[in-house]
Amino acid sequence: MTSTIERADAHPEAPVPVRKSGGFTAAAANYIEDRTSISGVVKEFGRKIFPDHWSFMLGEVALYSFIVIILTGSFLTFFFQASMVETVYDGSFVPLKGVEMSSAMESTLHISFDLRGGLLIRQIHHWAALLFIAAIGLHMLRVFFTGAFRKPRELNWVIGFLLFVLAMAEGFTGYSLPDDLLSGNGLRIIDGLIKGLPFVGTWISFLLFGGEFPGTDIVGRFYTLHILLLPALVVAFIALHLVFVVVHKHTQFAGAGRTEKNVIGYPILPVYAAKAGGFFFLVFGVIALMAAFFTINPIWNYGPYDPSPVSAGTQPDWYIGFADGALRLIPPGWEFVWLDHTWSFNIIVPVVALLALLGAVAVYPFVEGWVTGDKREHHILDRPRNAPTRTAIGAAGVTFYAALWAAASSDIMATHFQLSIEGVIHVVQAWAVLGPFLAYFITKRVCIGLMKKDHEILLHGYESGRIVRLPGGEYIEVHEPVDEYERWKLLDYEVYQPIMLRPNAEGKITAGMRLRARMSNWFFEDRIAPPTREQLEAGHGHETHGEIEKGPGLV
Amino acid sequence: MARKSRKANRRHPLATVVLIAIGLVVTGGGYALLSSTTTATADTNASSQETIDEGKKLFAANCATCHGMSLEGTDDGPSLIGVGAAAVNFQVGTGRMPMAMQGPQAMQKPPQFTDEQTAAMAAYVASISPGPAIPDEKYLQADGDATNGGELFRINCAMCHNVAGAGGALTEGKFAPELKGVLPTHIFEAMLTGPQNMPVFNDDNLTPEDKRDIITYLKYIENNPSPGGFELGSLGPVAEGLFVWIFGLGAVIALMVWLTAKSN
Repeated sequence: MTSTIERADAHPEAPVPVRKSGGFTAAAANYIEDRTSISGVVKEFGRKIFPDHWSFMLGEVALYSFIVIILTGSFLTFFFQASMVETVYDGSFVPLKGVEMSSAMESTLHISFDLRGGLLIRQIHHWAALLFIAAIGLHMLRVFFTGAFRKPRELNWVIGFLLFVLAMAEGFTGYSLPDDLLSGNGLRIIDGLIKGLPFVGTWISFLLFGGEFPGTDIVGRFYTLHILLLPALVVAFIALHLVFVVVHKHTQFAGAGRTEKNVIGYPILPVYAAKAGGFFFLVFGVIALMAAFFTINPIWNYGPYDPSPVSAGTQPDWYIGFADGALRLIPPGWEFVWLDHTWSFNIIVPVVALLALLGAVAVYPFVEGWVTGDKREHHILDRPRNAPTRTAIGAAGVTFYAALWAAASSDIMATHFQLSIEGVIHVVQAWAVLGPFLAYFITKRVCIGLMKKDHEILLHGYESGRIVRLPGGEYIEVHEPVDEYERWKLLDYEVYQPIMLRPNAEGKITAGMRLRARMSNWFFEDRIAPPTREQLEAGHGHETHGEIEKGPGLV
Repeated sequence: MARKSRKANRRHPLATVVLIAIGLVVTGGGYALLSSTTTATADTNASSQETIDEGKKLFAANCATCHGMSLEGTDDGPSLIGVGAAAVNFQVGTGRMPMAMQGPQAMQKPPQFTDEQTAAMAAYVASISPGPAIPDEKYLQADGDATNGGELFRINCAMCHNVAGAGGALTEGKFAPELKGVLPTHIFEAMLTGPQNMPVFNDDNLTPEDKRDIITYLKYIENNPSPGGFELGSLGPVAEGLFVWIFGLGAVIALMVWLTAKSN
């Protein structure tokens, strides 16, 4: 089709043969092309090559979930009343009939019980939101552990990180809208967090809630954020994120014929357009099935928000769980009065820890870039084992996050495994502090062990499992050489040397240089270099030499 | 020789098994039949002296080790003076007493006594000193005001038992149990007597009508499953999060692997 358009470009005076060859499609394409010159864009995008690997589709899942969220969210805005005006429920759900509640809660119940398809759409919206953020998280882990954030993609990592934070904000504001008991409790925790900040806390809280908590403004304000400001930002950043993917080209794993200068895979048109289009419906289908069969956020059980009751098992949605868990892990007695102010270190410490964790995620590419001093572009992905220190840092981060996350469900673990809740908390506290170190060392050793194994395979081949007896009576296991394609995968990586500490042009060694040298040493002290050509040849020579020595009796 | 004698006795072990099975079926079936109706007969608290004596014997054999021969309590168990028939009916009727072992709290298990035996012990305990009686049938029909019950439940009960009655954790391994499948009598008695770590909600605090409304609410949510589909244990966001990570994302990743595997 593109070629037809090009021909039309070449002979603008002779449209007749075009119409004859392509009929209506060609004529329509021609019409559009004459008025928009879009063929350049189609040519550029349609020929865009994407490599094939299942983990490259995680970002797509996030994008498709977001589309589902926008579609269902628009439907919900037609019926939701973002108002805290008091009203009396008179809908179909018997145990709430006659209960006073805000019209936000009332309209959410109306959507759930009295609007055709309303509950399904609500549940699709909520399940899609959970999947959206989960997919973003997994996508970030994939990018991190394969080193896809390296130059030139550092800024796109930051954009992705912002999307992750925005998605959490979207999730939290949405969770708070129905003004039910559960979300009200969640808001109260946020209110407490804010008020725990020294000096400014109370002012910020009153500003946010328009007076004393809970007030009558918060649902309306969150609604504006939830459906206007945050989605606009998310859409803008997604667009930017995708533009960068196109500009940078997609990364690929090492393999035969794959270099830093090419991308091997399939073009968008027709392969990926079809695949991705189909995949959208598959993701939509999975979400719709979940929503059709599994209850999510049954606000009718929670009832309207009232500041006095708090239900057992009150938790935020999973993506805020790590913050809730951080609060639960702080031992008692960390607040004191000083200078006529209460200093709530039980709140300040977790808040600082959470911000530090998020900050570390945001700046990691720049830190690693600075440590390696590598200014080259990288389009070939690392296998996680080939960057042991990075992988170990990632594993430590995941372990820390997981500890906070688990702490948020401490009460559920206690009841379901018949444990004491204090015991659970103490174990998770130890896990949060010691776990990251343990994870770091274990992961690093495992990575290095795997690299050694690869090294061995490259030099001496696979253990084939075939045991052979030699004429002399000796038993040996035959090693098969690794095939060419596999060899690419194992061989195509590079190792960095630790930076040597040398005086700069002025003959000085600054503190920054010292730190960098120390970091570099930490990163690259333990390393397994890929075998050199000589080693490989020697290894194979040895292999064939052995074969000859073993003689014909082998085969 | 030994083998032969074992052979000769072969039928006996089998016969025992059959006998136990029949016995279990009869008592179990009988219990199932009675349990729906008998709480009313437990009301025959007018308890003849015969029943009280029967209860006294059962008490001496099964309870007195910890609670003392005359209900005065020991180091291992509290005094039962003044707990009333309601407490006995709840503790023994739900299998919490006799306790299997000392622990953070008495665990529910299949009841060890028949309803008659339970009633006899209740009558005996009530005869020693007055206390809350087994509730009147009219409060147990789950026919009150579910709205009022729901509000009272959220204010008074949900902080331990969870809004949907799914249960929750307390300190030091104690917990508030799930309320699904609990008999109305037992719910009423629990509120009235405050077993284990539960506070007492006496009739001045929650009137019998309020208690009836709470039972009505609990039975409503038990008998009307969620319109949204499977409830995932009514545990809230933790269960939802686990579900989306394992099954939601799991399904999507399976699809991704399938989509990209085709190209090879």
